[in-house]
Amino acid sequence: MTEYGFAYLDEPTKRMIRRALLKALAVPGYQVPFASREMPMPYGWGTGGVQVTAAILMPEDRLKVIDQGADDTTNAVSIRRFFARVAGVETTTATEDATVIQTRHRIPETPLSEGQILVYQVPIPEPLRFLEPREPETRRMHALEEYGLMHVKLYEDIARHGRVTTSYAYPVRVEGHYVMDPSPIPAFDNPKMEMDAIQLFGAGREQRIYAIPPHTKVVSLDFDDHPFEPGRAPQTCALCGAADSYLDEVVTDDAGGRMFVCSDTDFCGGRRARGLRGPGLSVAAGDVA
Amino acid sequence: MTALADIAAAPLLAVEGLTVRYGDRIGCADVSLDLAPGEVLGVVGESGSGKTTMLNAVAGRLPVAEGRLSYEGRDLRAMAEPERRRLMRTDWAFVHQHARDGLRMGVSAGGNVGERLMEGGARHYGNIRRAALDWLARVEIDPARIDDRPTQFSGGMQQRLQIARALVTEPRIVLMDEPTGGLDVSVQARLLDLMRGLVREMGLAAIVVTHDIGVVRLLADRLMVMKDGRVVETGLTDQVLDDPQHGYTQLLTSSVLSA
Repeated sequence: MTEYGFAYLDEPTKRMIRRALLKALAVPGYQVPFASREMPMPYGWGTGGVQVTAAILMPEDRLKVIDQGADDTTNAVSIRRFFARVAGVETTTATEDATVIQTRHRIPETPLSEGQILVYQVPIPEPLRFLEPREPETRRMHALEEYGLMHVKLYEDIARHGRVTTSYAYPVRVEGHYVMDPSPIPAFDNPKMEMDAIQLFGAGREQRIYAIPPHTKVVSLDFDDHPFEPGRAPQTCALCGAADSYLDEVVTDDAGGRMFVCSDTDFCGGRRARGLRGPGLSVAAGDVA
Repeated sequence: MTALADIAAAPLLAVEGLTVRYGDRIGCADVSLDLAPGEVLGVVGESGSGKTTMLNAVAGRLPVAEGRLSYEGRDLRAMAEPERRRLMRTDWAFVHQHARDGLRMGVSAGGNVGERLMEGGARHYGNIRRAALDWLARVEIDPARIDDRPTQFSGGMQQRLQIARALVTEPRIVLMDEPTGGLDVSVQARLLDLMRGLVREMGLAAIVVTHDIGVVRLLADRLMVMKDGRVVETGLTDQVLDDPQHGYTQLLTSSVLSA
């Protein structure tokens, strides 16, 4: 602990990031540039999210880190361990106990409440990037709310496949102004973005921070005659039997065997602790529980 | 042909003393023109005469050094950027020499035509689709190809698609930069025929920049001849072409091969 300041970053850096965060909260959905630092991890592993978390963390916080909904995958484990070591904060896997949740590509199934903060890791913050490569032009488009191109993308989906096939990083319009990339969360999670908790987004390589304050209007883009549909696999979770959670498809052998399980491990485990069982558990009770 | 009374009406677009500089060099100097509603103005001149520079400056695509630009009496240079850009997306249209510059090559033909509608706030897929189908038919592209990308189209089809994309919002002014450039003669003829029909039918005002005398003979009501960045002669198209006054215009008209 003596080698680092609290939560790894030096105080002036934290102050710089907090200023960016305050600006981002004041202008919901607007991408605030910030002087992203080198972190002791490669770009693409959540350097933006880690910096945001480091800047907001307090000694009394309880931190949860998830990667695609899971608490026990490499990214989640290493970031949780990182903060346990450099900030000495308590960690947890229980969504309702956490005060700060850093996430890669999922919103927890358990609704978040006031007082909680959700920190997203963002690979590409610019929703217009693959439609308009010029940065000065995309900034101008945001400023002037010229978002016709976004709908051209959706139009192409419908023209080609009969429906909007964008299933993750589905663009949203925040508080009637900025179109925002919600990071690669499934479209299934989009409706949850109107929540009681604070949502902060950090893109380390791209050096951008943006935010959604609690109770902000977040609308997924769509056409009048092709309304937005959050998609999920039609199955129920093989372990806990949940029919309304987002599922991962897991290949179980090399003979085509597969099962669908909740991507949110805490949610799934909580249901099983309450005695709920899915169809998969009666077959192979021993090795999956 | 446009009635004389229309030409006498207040100009839709007025340009006064337009000058564009590239560093120390002159792009175009002291160009003035009036464009009445429904009027087609041809601009001819050799390569490097400043005609494309002038067109780009009028379209707001190049910074203007001096001069006044007004559209419907409103000063374009003083206009706030959001309003000017909105105008460019609705009332104005630009047709590029190379279709690639005016089209999104990675987006289907329907998406290309629909883009300006969606930029204008259209949010009903079915209506956008119908408008795109209608416009493909109007520019003589088989509607069955609505979901094909422009990369799969021939040069002439790409150019017609670009015109459909530009005209779908029913603009009042179209600026065209060498619209028939790089196309073979029979395709050119068909394109010109199509453009003439659309311009008359929609009552479009247009500035057509070209080095092809045949194009302006067919399309333009009035003609402006440029050389070294300056206007050397203006007048009714037939008058300028049949009785050229300026030495350069005489050279230009006499150097056209008649088939």
